[in-house]
Amino acid sequence: MSITTTDAKGDLETDPNASKPQGFRRNKTLFIALTHITLIVLSVTFFMPFLWMLVTSIKPIKETMTNPPTWIPSQLLWHNYPDAITYDSKELGYLPFPTYARNTLIITLLSVAGAVTSNSLVAYSFARIKWPGRDLFFALTLATMTIPFPVLMVPVFSLFRWIGWVGSFKPLWVPAFFANAFSIFLLRQFFKTIPMELSEAAKIDGCSELRIFLDVIAPLSKPALSVVALFTFMGAWNDFLGPLIYLVDQHTFTLSLGLQAYQSQHGGTQWNLLMAASVIVVAPVILVFFFAQKVFIQGIATSGLK
Amino acid sequence: MNKRDARVGILFALPWILGFMIFTIYPLLASLFFSFTNYSVLRPPAMVGAANYVDLAHDGVFWKSLSNTFLYAIGAVPLSAVIAIILAMLLNTKVKGMAVYRTIFFLPSLVPMVALATLFLWIFNGDYGLLNVAFKVVHITPPNWLGDPAWTKWTLILITMWGSGQAMIIYLAGLQDVPVSLYEAADLDGATFWSKTKNVTLPMISPVILFNVIMGMIGSFQVFAIPYVMFPDGAPARATYFYTMYLFDNAFKYQRMGYASAMGWVMFLITVILTLAAMKFSERHVHYEGG
Repeated sequence: MSITTTDAKGDLETDPNASKPQGFRRNKTLFIALTHITLIVLSVTFFMPFLWMLVTSIKPIKETMTNPPTWIPSQLLWHNYPDAITYDSKELGYLPFPTYARNTLIITLLSVAGAVTSNSLVAYSFARIKWPGRDLFFALTLATMTIPFPVLMVPVFSLFRWIGWVGSFKPLWVPAFFANAFSIFLLRQFFKTIPMELSEAAKIDGCSELRIFLDVIAPLSKPALSVVALFTFMGAWNDFLGPLIYLVDQHTFTLSLGLQAYQSQHGGTQWNLLMAASVIVVAPVILVFFFAQKVFIQGIATSGLK
Repeated sequence: MNKRDARVGILFALPWILGFMIFTIYPLLASLFFSFTNYSVLRPPAMVGAANYVDLAHDGVFWKSLSNTFLYAIGAVPLSAVIAIILAMLLNTKVKGMAVYRTIFFLPSLVPMVALATLFLWIFNGDYGLLNVAFKVVHITPPNWLGDPAWTKWTLILITMWGSGQAMIIYLAGLQDVPVSLYEAADLDGATFWSKTKNVTLPMISPVILFNVIMGMIGSFQVFAIPYVMFPDGAPARATYFYTMYLFDNAFKYQRMGYASAMGWVMFLITVILTLAAMKFSERHVHYEGG
């Protein structure tokens, strides 16, 4: 892959047809039509697996493994959903879905709370308070983004084992309270776009930094904070390696780990219920994204990831 | 810069100062130390010199997992970047229904990896998989997606493409930052779509491309959940046994934590070298505003 670029404002080629307004307008309509067709084709490709998951989740079990696969179920089994949730785990050793969902929710919510609080405080400090060594430390912080997690995995595990946290949820959410480089960077870029005069005016009124942070900066930074919240939410919700390392007992498993355990034990049985469970897992995240996306994208755009 | 500011500043930064020490610097140095020891959860580390590194050099599985990971990265990183940029550019044309398209493209990124892997295991299934039915409709014999070691890596790369939505969002944000005036100037000069893409769009988002490519490279070295679920132990023929899977197995399955730490440090050095190379390359090719 090549990154082609030299000078942004440099030599732009001239299209000889551009001076003809008639042709230009026809081109424009054609262009919009082509964009729409491409978008629709790509949407179908991206949506297909998900649609398949939805369709399967309401199929009778015998229709989940037909050759060729069918798109339209002979009957719509909506009760697959309550079945997936209430399946008795002791009887059939099936996914104890409510327990996994509760575990995942606890870990995810604590991680989001930790990440939003810690990262915003740290980023505020990097962006708006002067202290010796700050800029050097920020450069070091950015450099840590290139350290892959597996490099740190063994010592971090030993550390948590030494404290006696292995088997609990703590190794999965406590680190969120200690901030992370990417979120700090994102928030710092955003905080820097807020005029310093606002802080100075508040300081003259006798506000402390914490007051300024809570009453002035935080309310103005909702888009960036929502980006950090959503990224942390997705990271914790989807995490597989972490729970795989730290969780031992079946009843402490998260949804990802539970799905994997089920998949490896039972292979392809009960696909319809498995898919119904997956839909329930995914649906809240999609709803949150759909309604928050404008703020979300604005948050990334304003922080200028560069 | 006064003393009170400094105190408050450091106090605010304290979570990260601690996080940096406890969760980054300490483990980085500790894993360097462990890499020169024989160590498991059952016994304390015992110094063995460079033995772990010597063993790595003679370990066929290590080389296999390393080359698998490289091949996967070489396929997945550029392909995802191209798809993500195309998606972002399409969405940036301000077409109707943008919110819906954006959600659809982002959808696979929201699906937990394990659920995604389970789903694709089924879609790529040779007997009743959705994909093979599509192939049969057009009378092409589909490859054995999950059973042929020559194909399994491609299956994973294809699945990775579905996750392009996450990078797309970042590119989209970058595209929205490109000043409209640049396009207006190009339009006045009668620039075509391609020349605008080549001379305005790509240069303006080149820092975002660099960031995404570096993060994509580091990310593909950590590919774990999807192959772990879809191809246990990289079966068949270890074709999908990746670096992080072998590192994980050494640490937690074979209890060879010293050996796993050596693998960790090799991985760290590789990512440092690749990142520096990408940045060196970018000096000539990446455009920074005002620079």
